[in-house]
Amino acid sequence: MIARHFKRALEDTLANRFVNAVTMMTIALTVMIVSAAVLVFLNASDWMSAWQQGTRIMAYLRTDAGGAAPALQHSIESIEGVQSAHFIPRDEGLRDLKARMEHPASLFEDLLENPLPDAFEIQLKPSNGSWEQIEAVAERLKSYVEIEDVEYGRQWIVAVRRIAHLFQTLGLALMGFLLVAAVAIVANTTRMVIYSRQEEVETMRLVGATDRFIQAPFLIEGLLQGLIGAVGGIGILFAGYSALAVRIEQNGLAGVVTLRFLSLEHMVLITVASMLVGWLGCYVALKQFLRL
Amino acid sequence: MTDHEDRPAIIRLSHVHHAYGRHQALTDLSFEILKNELAFICGPSGAGKTTLLRLLYAEARPSSGEIAIDGTWLGDIPRSGLPLLRRKFGVIFQDYKLIPGRSVFENVALVLEAAGHRRALISKKVLNVLRMVEMDHHAGTLPIRLSGGEQQRVAVARAVVGDPKIILADEPTGNLDEASAQVVMDLLKVAYIRGATVLIATHDKAFIHRLGGRILHLKQGRLAAFERIEKHHDRTAL
Repeated sequence: MIARHFKRALEDTLANRFVNAVTMMTIALTVMIVSAAVLVFLNASDWMSAWQQGTRIMAYLRTDAGGAAPALQHSIESIEGVQSAHFIPRDEGLRDLKARMEHPASLFEDLLENPLPDAFEIQLKPSNGSWEQIEAVAERLKSYVEIEDVEYGRQWIVAVRRIAHLFQTLGLALMGFLLVAAVAIVANTTRMVIYSRQEEVETMRLVGATDRFIQAPFLIEGLLQGLIGAVGGIGILFAGYSALAVRIEQNGLAGVVTLRFLSLEHMVLITVASMLVGWLGCYVALKQFLRL
Repeated sequence: MTDHEDRPAIIRLSHVHHAYGRHQALTDLSFEILKNELAFICGPSGAGKTTLLRLLYAEARPSSGEIAIDGTWLGDIPRSGLPLLRRKFGVIFQDYKLIPGRSVFENVALVLEAAGHRRALISKKVLNVLRMVEMDHHAGTLPIRLSGGEQQRVAVARAVVGDPKIILADEPTGNLDEASAQVVMDLLKVAYIRGATVLIATHDKAFIHRLGGRILHLKQGRLAAFERIEKHHDRTAL
């Protein structure tokens, strides 16, 4: 029976080529936009994660606390999530600063004394790179009386977190809107097809066909539209991604910007979601029509 | 008004009224059609023949009154039960109601597919019935490429292919040439002899006299008279 419905669905899809092509293109476009949003989100997450893992915390000591450095180092390294704490005496700090500055002479020649304090450069364990963990370690460091100030790019972290949250919310809202729009478009297209075949559906009912028998080919058509739309949408996105990757390679940014495409799991998930959208659109239209 | 033979009633109407808006199409119809009876509904255009048939296969619900088919009151059948009810009928529609995008074979096979029969059985039965209406050579043809008479034969084939208990025919020989009308008549006769109840709406008197049976005269939606034309059908000939 399923094979018969499948054959009928294929024949009907071919018979209503234009309307079905419009539906598939709409689904493809929706899949492409949603997938692009997922792709941007995934890559942005990768970049942020890499950045977080490279984050170091600087703890600056009070001027009179230099003698406590060995004990303090031991104590800091025992904090959960801390991989290492490297003590930087104030003289070494100034040397490093001078070495990093391009024109040191003009800036440092008038200095009467070293303005830098002793400091610790603290590296976190790679597995403890989340914003919350960085902040937790920073708060713990601030509680030491020997430490005057802790620096870990707090403003940056807050700003980036806000932007990431905004993007996430906007992305989810956009995806939800697009999915609802896709279902509505598929439902309208199916409604058009059903109205054009109203007499056929009526005849089927009059000869004893159940609603399920009438619905089956339409629902299979919906699944097919979703499948083909998903393959098309992901295909277009992959073409765009490949072109961008080539551009990055040509501009010598391959080592700086790392890109990755959707995983197989993501693609399967998007395809299944797209097929569900096609199915749901047909189901909504049929439900309204067959209730009459 | 009832028939006095022993056979049970397969169609029973009790004070059935039906109106389209303000227009009263049927008024206080009460009668029975017996199992394996051959009956005709006669009357001029607009007498309510088609409306009556539509009520029987539940395409429309009566405004009031009750109809029982094969012992079940239609008012007791939920919407989900209508397909099963309709499978008891083979209906020859006045406008044929063939699906334009499907071949002759597919149109006839639809009844059996909807009833969930196996493909092999469907092929066998459909080709057999198409042979009977002399349309087997058109099995792959779309209805639009057939003449009116040929389309009517396909409609008849679709009505009888599922061996229904009741065959309803709405003007089955209207606009047909003599040869096509004869094929249709023979097929309805065969179905009747095989045990089906056949109810034909027609005003073709020659057709009625050749087949014979009970005649229900409708006039302005009311049952005006009963009449019987006796005719012997040789059941051993099959």
